[in-house]
Amino acid sequence: MGELRADRAVCIGAGMCVMTDDAVFDQDDDGIVVLLNENPEVDEKVRSAVDACPSGALSIREE
Amino acid sequence: MTETARTRPDQGMAEAPSGPGLEGRSVEELPLHMRRSGFDPAPELRAIREGEGVRKIRTPFGLEAWMVTRWSDVREVLGDAATFSNEWQPQRRMAGLPGMPKRSPEELARMRAGNLLAFDPPAHTRLRRMLTPEFTGRRMARLEPRVREIVDQHLDAMERAGSPADLVADFALPVPSLVICELLGVPYEDRAEFQRRSAKLLDLSRPMDERMRAGDEQRAYMASLVAREQADPGEGLLGMLVREHGEDLTTDELVGIANLLLIAGHETTSNMLGLGTLALMDHPDQLALVRDDPDAIGPAVEELLRWLSIVHSGTFKTTTRPAEIAGHAIAEGELVMLSIPAANRDPALLEEPERLDVRRGALGHVAFGHGVHHCLGAPLARMEMRIAFPALLQRFPDLRPASEDRRFRSFNVVYGMESLPVAWGGA
Ligand code: HEM
Ligand code: HEM
Ligand code: SF4
Repeated sequence: MGELRADRAVCIGAGMCVMTDDAVFDQDDDGIVVLLNENPEVDEKVRSAVDACPSGALSIREE
Repeated sequence: MTETARTRPDQGMAEAPSGPGLEGRSVEELPLHMRRSGFDPAPELRAIREGEGVRKIRTPFGLEAWMVTRWSDVREVLGDAATFSNEWQPQRRMAGLPGMPKRSPEELARMRAGNLLAFDPPAHTRLRRMLTPEFTGRRMARLEPRVREIVDQHLDAMERAGSPADLVADFALPVPSLVICELLGVPYEDRAEFQRRSAKLLDLSRPMDERMRAGDEQRAYMASLVAREQADPGEGLLGMLVREHGEDLTTDELVGIANLLLIAGHETTSNMLGLGTLALMDHPDQLALVRDDPDAIGPAVEELLRWLSIVHSGTFKTTTRPAEIAGHAIAEGELVMLSIPAANRDPALLEEPERLDVRRGALGHVAFGHGVHHCLGAPLARMEMRIAFPALLQRFPDLRPASEDRRFRSFNVVYGMESLPVAWGGA
């Protein structure tokens, strides 16, 4: 488990997260990451999106 | 197999050890980070990765630099812009070296303006944030039909002219160049001239001064384009920047952004298309997969990016404080360079890294870099390749090399093919 966090101040809008899992991630009109729902399940795909994010904007807070 | 090594003009390109003094050197004398053997990074680079991990080397201009080769270390360096800085250091250091054109601080500042790669956060963040909206998936979806048209037009022309063709001159170079025109908003009536200048600039067989002139002309054209967009902003990226950030961006910055997008977006995608097609022709089963299975191209593009790693090194970094890489202490103020090909063939990234297997296509490679400078154009480059490879192979299902002679381009910021004669059908 764990809680997914997206730091919009750090995001560079590379879109890797959306490419990896577009059920959880989206980009707003400025290209900055938004989470499609508040507390998504942290599965394999979400973890690989976190790894793929080049800017370090995504993190998982383990509970 | 012939490998050719020639020089390119250098006008502020820190990591390009081109320019006066290197003309006529042989491949053996290539700087370490550019050495390759066909598709593979040079054995010397692998030896560093498997041995001490990082080694102090001497760059062509006599500067000392640390060469970082392991995937995890490369990610770490790229992910830590506060320690490993991009701030225009190499240019400043090289300015005093023999053979480099003398430029005033004002000139240097103008050349740097708008170049995302020459700044650290927060100056970098400011520019990057303005450009990010133009490269979202949604924006790419709007460009996609035009990219398809451009690809199809060039395939039509190749088909009309008949086999054989030079895949580089007839397809790989012009397609990304027209896509950049589309993106920037270069008017239709200017495109023929625009392409003529780009082609001249990139044509290694032309004399250096002619190519430099084409480069100056292209920059002058960019300045006139920016002036036009400032007066009457159009629908392209430049028009958007003027409308949304016209108050905030200087004219030099707009010209710099346009030039950076042109340069970083042109030869990169071109070389991926050229080199990637040759790689697929060398692996006919994988070529067939990319041609016939619409789901294959996504992973195939990632694997080709990884395996080919056309950008040797990316920008040099300078340490802002003492650091440690692979257990080696690096002092403050030292130059750090990366081997992207060595990192992308690191067994720590994936199993059997030396093998091309378009079925796996794992993310995590560093072909687009990593960290804050991660390729801005990656969504565009991916879209271009996802369209271009299958379209090419479906049009010419039996595409094959028309010559034994493989003209790899060694002496360049970006690895690729100088030319790639291909044949199809009965010819
Ligand atoms: C600090 C970083 C960089 C700076 C300051 C820079 C700037 C430049 C400039 C001013 C030129 C000469 C252009 C001309 O003659 O009109 C050039 C050439 C080139 N750059 Fe860079 N660039 C940088 C990074 C990159 C990166 C990361 C790539 C690839 C992803 C790249 C790809 C190229 C290529 C392919 C050329 C060759 C163009 C030619 O031969 O004329 N550059 N660069
Ligand atoms: C397959 C093609 C491409 C490859 C392999 C590639 C590779 C790279 C790499 C490795 C970097 C990071 C350089 C560094 O950290 O020093 C980079 C940065 C960049 N690329 Fe690409 N690139 C490609 C296509 C494109 C395209 C099509 C565009 C634009 C239309 C583009 C625009 C840029 C820009 C503007 C940067 C600088 C980003 C920043 O500093 O924030 N690239 N690219
Ligand atoms: S991958 Fe990271 S940097 Fe890119 S859009 Fe997603 S959160 Fe932002």
